[in-house]
Amino acid sequence: MVELALPKNSRVRRGREWPMPKGAENPRKFRIYRWNPDDGNNPQVDTYHIDMKKCGPMVLDALIKIKNEIDPTLTFRRSCREGICGSCAMNIDGINTLACIHGLDEIRGDVKIYPLPHMPVVKDLIPDLTHFYAQHASIMPWLETKTNEPAKEWRQSIEDRSKLDGLYECVMCASCSTSCPSYWWNGDKYLGPAALLHAYRWIIDSRDEATGERLDDLEDPFKLYRCHTIMNCTKTCPKGLNPAKAIAEIKKMMLERVV
Amino acid sequence: MADVNRGNRPLSPHLTIYRPQLTSISSILTRITGNALIAGALLVVWWLLAAAVGPEYFAFADAAIRSVPGDIVMLCSLWALWYHFLAGIRHLIWDNAMMLEIRTAERLGWAVVIGSFVLTGLTVAVV
Repeated sequence: MVELALPKNSRVRRGREWPMPKGAENPRKFRIYRWNPDDGNNPQVDTYHIDMKKCGPMVLDALIKIKNEIDPTLTFRRSCREGICGSCAMNIDGINTLACIHGLDEIRGDVKIYPLPHMPVVKDLIPDLTHFYAQHASIMPWLETKTNEPAKEWRQSIEDRSKLDGLYECVMCASCSTSCPSYWWNGDKYLGPAALLHAYRWIIDSRDEATGERLDDLEDPFKLYRCHTIMNCTKTCPKGLNPAKAIAEIKKMMLERVV
Repeated sequence: MADVNRGNRPLSPHLTIYRPQLTSISSILTRITGNALIAGALLVVWWLLAAAVGPEYFAFADAAIRSVPGDIVMLCSLWALWYHFLAGIRHLIWDNAMMLEIRTAERLGWAVVIGSFVLTGLTVAVV
């Protein structure tokens, strides 16, 4: 359901302004969403100042600097710091991306950081991705086969393998799904761009033998067809993938098998 | 996960913090123009029905539609019609899984926006 306003417990209050570091030569303002599950207050946006002279180039560098030097309670996920684990996905400067590969020089003005949109917040910049992962599991993200197992391995021509390019690279960071207004309003039933991109990755895999069942499963008013080609997903994908196109290909296959 | 607060988790901000995109704005405009056209069409039907009711009532309805506010509503409806029509064509192209790269999709977006104004201008000039 479309609910434009945030629930009462989610309205964001003005937060605290942390002091400017002493002798900062090139200070920059960071406005960061905070929510502490233990104090019973509403979320707030805190303001931090960092000396850019002494900060790495990426948004994640700044977050780590704040945590190390200013406020150790600032909470966020991070791991690989090179765009392959998908942990540090968050809303930066109005779009969803990975903090580790988004350069501070790409942002004009103050740096505004929020958790991934329209998700339950665990703490600060950490969203609860339980439902997102369950949706991924529901599309059977594995090779389904019926014929006997080959002696060595399931083989594939170079052409068939190349169909998986642009799909297998997804790191499940949830940037696309949480950028999608359809997913905001109907995320309980609509699978969202990430899960559908993965669904397509297995549908067109030449080795998979459950294509029909996979398409049957998506034949539903919500799971697939809540995509209205808004394209926020493709626009925001930090890996440069195209979930909107993958979804369009599934819709096309749905049509082709009935006409 | 022993003692975490799962019950009262806030919902993270969405519409108010997400930067508008050309593709998202042109998408929501498709829906807005579609819905607005229902009202516009009803107005035209009312005008036609008024003609069936009688000359006095038609004179009243006709004056309402030809008044300045009526003109503005009709002009907006005309633009909405062209916009919705072009956006529909864009959807037909997309339904073939074509032109879905960001570059081409944004070009289509601009084509729909600019095209709707140009066609509205042409229609006003011709009619």
